[in-house]
Amino acid sequence: MMDRRALLRGLGAFGCSAAAHPFLTTVTLAGTASGKGLGDQRLVVIILRGAMDGLDVVRPLGDKDFATYRPTLGKAEHLELDGFFGMHVGLSGLHPLWAAGELAFVHATSTPYRDKRSHFDGQDLLEAGTGPDLPISQVRDGWLNRLLQSVPGLKAETAFAVGRQEMRVLRGPAPVLEWAPDTAVDLSPQAQLLLEQVYHDDALFQSAAAEALLLGGAEDMDMAAEMDPAKAMRQAKRGEAGRVAAYAAEKLRQETRIAAFSLTGWDTHKAQGKRLGQSLRQLEQVILRLKADLGPEIWGKTTVLAMTEFGRTVAENGTGGTDHGTAGAMLAAGGAIRGGKVYGQWPGLSEAALFDRRDLMPTSDVRTWAAHAMRGLYGFDRTLLQSKVFPGLEMGDDPGLIL
Amino acid sequence: MSSPASLVAFRYGCGLPLTQGAPTTPDAMLAALQGPDEMARRFPVMSYDWVHERTSEIAQNKKAAKTDPDLLARQKTVDEELKREGFRALRATIARSIDAPDALRERLLAFWADHFTVSSGAQARSIASYAFVEDAVRPHLSGQFGDMLSAVVHHPVMLLYLDQTRSVGPNSAKAKRRGGGLNENLARELLELHTMGVGAGYSQTDVRQLAELLTGLTYDARRGYAFQPNLAEPGPEEVLGKSYEGKGEAPIRAFLAELARHPDTARHISRKLAVHFLSDAPDDSMVAAMAETWQRTGGSLIEVYGTMLRHEAAFAGSAAKARQPWDFVVAALKGLGLTGETVMNWPRERLVEVVLAPLRAMGQSWKNPPGPDGWPEDIESWITPQGLAERIGWAMRWPAELVDPLPHPKALAETVLADRASAATLWAVVRAETVAEGVGIVFASPEFNRR
Repeated sequence: MMDRRALLRGLGAFGCSAAAHPFLTTVTLAGTASGKGLGDQRLVVIILRGAMDGLDVVRPLGDKDFATYRPTLGKAEHLELDGFFGMHVGLSGLHPLWAAGELAFVHATSTPYRDKRSHFDGQDLLEAGTGPDLPISQVRDGWLNRLLQSVPGLKAETAFAVGRQEMRVLRGPAPVLEWAPDTAVDLSPQAQLLLEQVYHDDALFQSAAAEALLLGGAEDMDMAAEMDPAKAMRQAKRGEAGRVAAYAAEKLRQETRIAAFSLTGWDTHKAQGKRLGQSLRQLEQVILRLKADLGPEIWGKTTVLAMTEFGRTVAENGTGGTDHGTAGAMLAAGGAIRGGKVYGQWPGLSEAALFDRRDLMPTSDVRTWAAHAMRGLYGFDRTLLQSKVFPGLEMGDDPGLIL
Repeated sequence: MSSPASLVAFRYGCGLPLTQGAPTTPDAMLAALQGPDEMARRFPVMSYDWVHERTSEIAQNKKAAKTDPDLLARQKTVDEELKREGFRALRATIARSIDAPDALRERLLAFWADHFTVSSGAQARSIASYAFVEDAVRPHLSGQFGDMLSAVVHHPVMLLYLDQTRSVGPNSAKAKRRGGGLNENLARELLELHTMGVGAGYSQTDVRQLAELLTGLTYDARRGYAFQPNLAEPGPEEVLGKSYEGKGEAPIRAFLAELARHPDTARHISRKLAVHFLSDAPDDSMVAAMAETWQRTGGSLIEVYGTMLRHEAAFAGSAAKARQPWDFVVAALKGLGLTGETVMNWPRERLVEVVLAPLRAMGQSWKNPPGPDGWPEDIESWITPQGLAERIGWAMRWPAELVDPLPHPKALAETVLADRASAATLWAVVRAETVAEGVGIVFASPEFNRR
């Protein structure tokens, strides 16, 4: 197992200290060290790939039409939110956060994507952050990267894309670190030593390998796990999503301010009752892991936004699931948000109120929530957000999601 | 400095050992390119006509296809067929690269497939993007660039990918009756990526005028490719200082022929070829000579390749490029002695675990590049901490699962690295604790990953 101890040993073998290592210098110390950049607030963007059914996660039980569309799904157990909406029990572990004002939802929101309902195109648009006037194939970068491009004194580790899924939202010219914590290179100590020799005279390979060891070092956890079998068992059980969240938290405790990763398993065409619960449980675990690992102080400066490419049909289908729709819901969590509230304007579910007579009607552009969050957290200029980060977006009034 | 044979294999081929009968001099390499396409015959890939035949039936009955159980079942069968052929085409692409004596042909194919990137998103694993390359690129690899360009611009997969199928002339018959407007996507990429290059001598007005000129060029899943006059903007259009007018496709073809010979096109693509094969900062005199040949021959690709291969820089210089993840995996399979036939018999799961999933982890989600500008060329984009860690992981794990017995690490180093092997690598491979780790070190070495 590669870890930080091995790295330090490895660097010893190269005959230099970590501080003097050329690659570490360029990466970890790039940019100004003045602490300018993004300040102290943390932003975590989670892309929920597969189209989460917002209507099942945050059920409009107070809407008189809901029950007719959802004869089985709508009757499943729920947790009370505000008298109109009820929350899926898959997120029950987050209910204390709701009570503490650290969990909110935005309902009936969507990207500008309409009519086609393809996951890939929908995710591309969500992550590119552009509108329908710009062909997606002409957009090379994602909105979080365009935001970073405007940060003075940006350091490479300011933003981190975590996990194996490509994060288009962070792609672009601004430097971003990427790592999948499951990249386990099971090298024997001997093989590692030999590779160090093989890479010794090739600076590019030497530095990439050294950085891989550094990034791969979830060392504190591993060391603790070695000594405590029960802990090792818990780690193994956590699954990839948990490891991604733990890794993101570790980075956010240090220099990283923005982290992005994705969760899959939302395309619930059938047996939604069971499948959505599993996926929500995963999301719940990720958020609880972030909160626990970040600790109260940093959690207090953290905003988590979980967004999906589109919502699902208002009516459940013949196989106990739902099909691709339009508007859905976004989840926000963290100590930096004004939670305990379902934001957004509710469009109603009467047939005339639906989009295309089948989907929840979007009443807000999901980008406006992200834009106001970035403005609230980092003080970005409205013009910049509306022209560069989300070209052509009309942000409108601040909905007050960020404290 | 390595020998011509290893330079041919690394820089212009798919790796060592060279296949029996592989040409190693520029003249022989060029002659092989003009010879019969043995690999296409031995490992065939479906053409888009085959795709269209299957998809048009359902497209013609779009309404019924939503409810008619027979059509629904048919749709399912077709989807599965497209997927199946996509996997078959992936196997064939690997098999050709492993078995080809004239491996330069497969490398050129990859270059042009990337130059004319199409990424079909949801259909990334279906046959469509392979069929596009097979139909529009492969037959013209050594012919006139203008012919390749024309085939590409007329191909359904490109028309769909760059939204040309949505483009309607603002004053066309269709726009007058039912609305619709211009989509500039194909026009822009045609100039920016496919020919003249970004920042070359064209303006936004040229893009707009070209988009108008291209209207009528479309693909319809029901009727297939056709020039549709009712979509065409009434001419004339002025692009790059020249006026194009006339009925049907003639003015489009006339423009493409001009564009293919344009000095900016000659320079842009000559440089891109040199960057791809030699160095991110290629020898200026080589690029100039290639561009000169391009203009002199009106874009004869075999002549341009000839100028590149016969230039003094062609077999000089260091291994400054990275094998991209695809090249890495293919070269490793070839180096392990696998044959095309073996790969053709791999089940899907094997393709996914050995090729597709590792490629994604190494940063090259196969047939699904990030945008129409294709994959990056610079070595720093590929030899990243994540990318290298995944290469090491692949090298340590898969050889032992693919061949039994594993080759002796030292013999493998001599076979796949030949005179490129560094003293450190040769020292290290024999000191590994297991054969599998010794083999892994060979494939993880800088020499194997550079080209």
